[in-house]
Amino acid sequence: MDTLTNPAPGAVVETEGADRPKKLRFATVWLGGCSGCHMSFLDLDEWLFELAKYAEVVFSPVGSDAKIFPDQVDICLAEGAVANEENLEFIQKVRSRSKLLISFGDCAVNGNVTAMRNPSATVEEILDRCYLELADLSPQYPREPGIVPPLIKQALPVHQVVPVDVFLPGCPPSAAQIQSALESLFTGEAQTAKLKFG
Amino acid sequence: MAVVTLTIDGVAIAAEANASILQAARSAGIAIPTLCHLEGVSDVGGCRLCVVEVAGINKLLPACVTQVAEGMAVQTNTPTLQSYRRTLVELLFAEGNHVCSVCVANNHCELQDMATTVGMDHSHFAYQFPKRDVDVSHEKFGLDRNRCIYCTRCIRVCDEIEGARVWDIAFRGERVKLIAGLDQSWGDVEACTSCGKCVDACPTGALFKKGSTVAEMTRDRDRLQFLQSAREEHQWTR
Amino acid sequence: MDGHELLDLAEQCAQAKKPIRVHCCTSTGCQAARSLEVKKALEKRVQDCQLADRVEVVGVGCMGFCGQGPMVELDSTDPQVTTTHYEKVTPEQAPSIIDTIQGGQTDALQGNSQHPFFAKQLLIVRNHSGKVDPERIEESIALGAYQALHHALFELTPEAVVQEISKSGLRGRGGAGYPTGLKWATVAKMPPGQKYVICNGDEGDPGAFMDRSVLESDPHRILEGMAIAGYAVGADQGFIYVRAEYPLAIHRLQKAIQQAKQKGFLGSQIFGSGFDFKVDIRVGAGAFVCGEETALIASVEGKRGTPRPRPPYPAISGLWQAPTLINNVETFANIAPIIRKGADWFAGIGTETSKGTKIFSLTGKVCNTGLIEVPMGISLRTIVEEMGGGVSEGQVKAVQTGGPSGGCIPSSYLDTPVDYESLAALGSMMGSGGMVVMDDKTSMVEVARFYMEFCRSESCGRCVPCRTGTVQLHDLLTKLVEGRGTAFDLAQMESLCQVVRHTSLCGLGMSAPNPIVSTLRYFPEEYQALLQPDRWRIPATVP
Repeated sequence: MDTLTNPAPGAVVETEGADRPKKLRFATVWLGGCSGCHMSFLDLDEWLFELAKYAEVVFSPVGSDAKIFPDQVDICLAEGAVANEENLEFIQKVRSRSKLLISFGDCAVNGNVTAMRNPSATVEEILDRCYLELADLSPQYPREPGIVPPLIKQALPVHQVVPVDVFLPGCPPSAAQIQSALESLFTGEAQTAKLKFG
Repeated sequence: MAVVTLTIDGVAIAAEANASILQAARSAGIAIPTLCHLEGVSDVGGCRLCVVEVAGINKLLPACVTQVAEGMAVQTNTPTLQSYRRTLVELLFAEGNHVCSVCVANNHCELQDMATTVGMDHSHFAYQFPKRDVDVSHEKFGLDRNRCIYCTRCIRVCDEIEGARVWDIAFRGERVKLIAGLDQSWGDVEACTSCGKCVDACPTGALFKKGSTVAEMTRDRDRLQFLQSAREEHQWTR
Repeated sequence: MDGHELLDLAEQCAQAKKPIRVHCCTSTGCQAARSLEVKKALEKRVQDCQLADRVEVVGVGCMGFCGQGPMVELDSTDPQVTTTHYEKVTPEQAPSIIDTIQGGQTDALQGNSQHPFFAKQLLIVRNHSGKVDPERIEESIALGAYQALHHALFELTPEAVVQEISKSGLRGRGGAGYPTGLKWATVAKMPPGQKYVICNGDEGDPGAFMDRSVLESDPHRILEGMAIAGYAVGADQGFIYVRAEYPLAIHRLQKAIQQAKQKGFLGSQIFGSGFDFKVDIRVGAGAFVCGEETALIASVEGKRGTPRPRPPYPAISGLWQAPTLINNVETFANIAPIIRKGADWFAGIGTETSKGTKIFSLTGKVCNTGLIEVPMGISLRTIVEEMGGGVSEGQVKAVQTGGPSGGCIPSSYLDTPVDYESLAALGSMMGSGGMVVMDDKTSMVEVARFYMEFCRSESCGRCVPCRTGTVQLHDLLTKLVEGRGTAFDLAQMESLCQVVRHTSLCGLGMSAPNPIVSTLRYFPEEYQALLQPDRWRIPATVP
C-alpha cells in the first residue's frame, strides 16, 4: 500500500572509492515537540562517536550551528508534530532536501501531546485559554508577525503533511531504539529494538 | 466429552468438540491476537483481530466464536491476515485519542502491545481526534472515553460476573459511547457496586483507579478468571 | 369456519362490490400528492350525483406508477363504462372523473394501460395491490385471501408445504437469495418446541419502497404467508418487524391483524384445525442495521439492535434461542400464490436459477418512477428503457441495484438479465429491489460517497472495520470529490475496501465497500480525473 515506507535495508549507504564509505549527510529537526526526543538522541552517549563514523551532522538543534537547512541531506530525523505555519513550511523544505525522512518520536508519528489540542477546541479557544484565562499578568495574545508563527487548525503527524520513510515511535524513543533504527539504516541489518508507542 | 482433530497452521491438534478455534489454538501454544476477547466472559467477535482462514470457507471467521470441527484446516497468520490485522489496529489508533505518553495505562495497555505485535509503527489513516469526555464522578474509579475502543469487556464483566449491568453502549457507528446507567454520570449510578471488575477488564486506559498517574494503572486479570472458575468449578482459592 | 364457508364468504364479499369501483390510491406516495383530498372529492361527487347505488369510491393501495400520482382507476364491470386510469389527479379534477360515468368529459390526465410500464409487468405479489381496500378484510377475501392457508391446513402436511416451497424454487427476496424452501426445511427439522416466524419489514435501502407498498396495499397477503410458514415449520407465533418510518403500513397491519383474528384466520384453532398462530408487530427504532437478521432478532428481544456472528443461524438458534424462520416481506407475499397455484406454475416463471417475479422500485433520473413487478430474467434494458422510459435528458449511464450493499451497473451491461447470479457477476446484487437510474451528468464518485455516508451513519459500531473503516472510506472519498486527493489516497482507499469487506462482522460492513468497488471497476476514469498531482510521490523522487 505505502511504497514509501521501509525502503530496502541499506539503501542509503553509498560507497565512494573501493573501500571507504562516503559519510552520510545527517540532520535532525525540531518541530512542534518538547525536544525530549533530541534529549534521548543525546543519550546515545558514546555511540554518537559511532554515528560520526557513518554520518556528518549537517543540521541539528543539538549537533550543529547551521541555521539554514542544507541541500542533499541523506537522513533526517524530524521530531514533533506539524503545529504551526513555520513547521509546515519548514517540513516541506526538509522533505524536498532530504533523501530519507524519519518521523522521530510519537509527536511526529501520531501527534501525541502536541495534538491533544485538536479534539477539544479551535485555535482561538486554545489561545484564549492559554493566554487570557490562565494568564497571571497582562493577559494578551502573543502576536508578533514574522516572529511568532500562527498555529495551524490542527497539529498533524508529519506523514499527514509530507511522505515519511521510516517511523520511530516512542515518547521519547529510547537511545537503544534510536541506535537500532539508525544502525539498521547504516548497515542494512534488521532492527533489533522493539517498536513501542509512549 | 467428544474430541475432534483439526490442523491449525499445519499442526495437528486435538480439541474438545465444543471448543472455539481460539481455545484450541491457545491450548496448542499458537497465539492469535485478540482485543475484545476476555477469559471468563462471553465473546462478541467485535474487534475482528482473531479472524482466521478456514479451508473451504470463503470468508474469514473470528476464532473466538467459531467452533472447531473435525478435519478443519485453519490458518491463523497468513500475510493477508497480518496485513488486515495491522490495518485494524491502525484504524483503532486513528479512531480515538490514544496518547500513550500521558496515559495511565502506558506500558500496561493491550492496545499498545497489539501495535507492537502487529508491527504497526504508524497509522496510515487520518487521525479523527474525536471530542470525548472524561467521567471522574465515581468515588473510586474514572472513565476516560478518549481511550475507549468499545471492546465491551466492561459491559460483559459487569453483566455476566457482577450481575449489575452498569455499563452499556449507546448510539451507533462513529458516535458510539460507553455509558453508565442511562447515560448518567458514573457516580450517580446506584446499580454500581464499586467492585472494580470493569477496571480490571479494560484493555486500555479507559477505565482506571483514581489516583493512578501515567503508567501506574495495572490490572488484575486473574481475578476475573478466578471468579469465573470459582463459580463454575467451585474452586474457591487461588 | 370451514372451506365451504370461506368460499361462500368470498362469494358474498364479491357480490357486495358495486359494478363501478373508483379506486383511489391512498398509499404514502399518493397521499403526499393529496390523494386523500382527491378521494374526498370523488366521494362527494358520487353522493351529489346520487350514483351511490352503483358506484363506490375505494381507497386502495399502490398502483405502481408512483411518479404520476395520485392515481385513480375507474374499474368497471358495467359494459357502458370502460375501465380507465388517471394520473396526477388533482382534487379539482376529481369530480369530472365521476362525471365520465354519465358520459361527461374530464380534463384529468388519462393513463395508458398499454404502456410498457404496465404491459411488461407480471403481477404475482402485487396482483391485489391497487385493487383492494387494505383496511377491509372483505375485499381481500373476495379475491381469495386465506384460501391458500385453508388448503395448506387441510389438504397438505407441513412437510408437503415445505416441499412445495422448495419445489417452487423461490429464493429470499431480502437480497441474498437464499433458497426459501431450504430455510423452511431447516427450521421444520429442528426438534418440536417453541419456534418463531419473523417477517422482516425493516426495509431501509435508499430509494427502496417495495415492502412498504406491499404492506400498505395488501397486508393480508403477508399474514397468510406467515401463517402458512408457521404451519409448515411448527411455529405458533409470528412477528412482523416494521420500521417506525412506515406509520401507514403499521396502521394497516394492525387493522389487518385485528380483522383476521375476528374472522378466525389468526389466533387459536385456525379454521377449526388444531393450528394456532398469532402475529404481533414490532416497530423498529430507526436503525438500518436491524434489517440484518441477527440484529433484527436482538431488537425484537428488546435488546440493542446489533448483529452477532453467525453461525448459529437463526434457523437453529434465533429469537430467544428458539429456531426462527425469518423471511422478507416480499418472500412471504409469494407464499399464498405458490400454495394456491402450485410450485410448478411458479417454477415456470423466471430463469433457471431465479424463479418467479421481483418487485423493483424504479427511481433516480428515470422518466417513469414507480414500482414494477417483473419476471426474473427480464433485461435491465427493458426495465430502464422501455418500462422506465429512459432518462429525460442525455443518456443512461448506470443503474444502481441493491442499495448500499449493491453496486453500479454501467449502461454497457444493460442487456444483462435480472437474476441473482447475473447481477452478482457484475459486482452488484439483486438486493431488496431498489433500482436507481443515473444519467450521464451523475458523478459516480459522488454516488459512491453518498452510499458510504449512509453506511458510515448506519454502522452499528460493534465491529472495528465497519465502525471505523466506513469513516475513513467516506473521508477519503470526500477528499477525492473535493479535489484534494492523490493517487496515494486512491490506492489506500482500494486497499481499505478489501479489509472492510473481508473482516466485518455482518453483511452491512462486508458489503459497505461495494459501491466504491463497483464504481471503481466500471468508472475508473472518473476517479482518475479527480486526482491531484502528488507533489512528493512522483516515482522518480521516491527514496
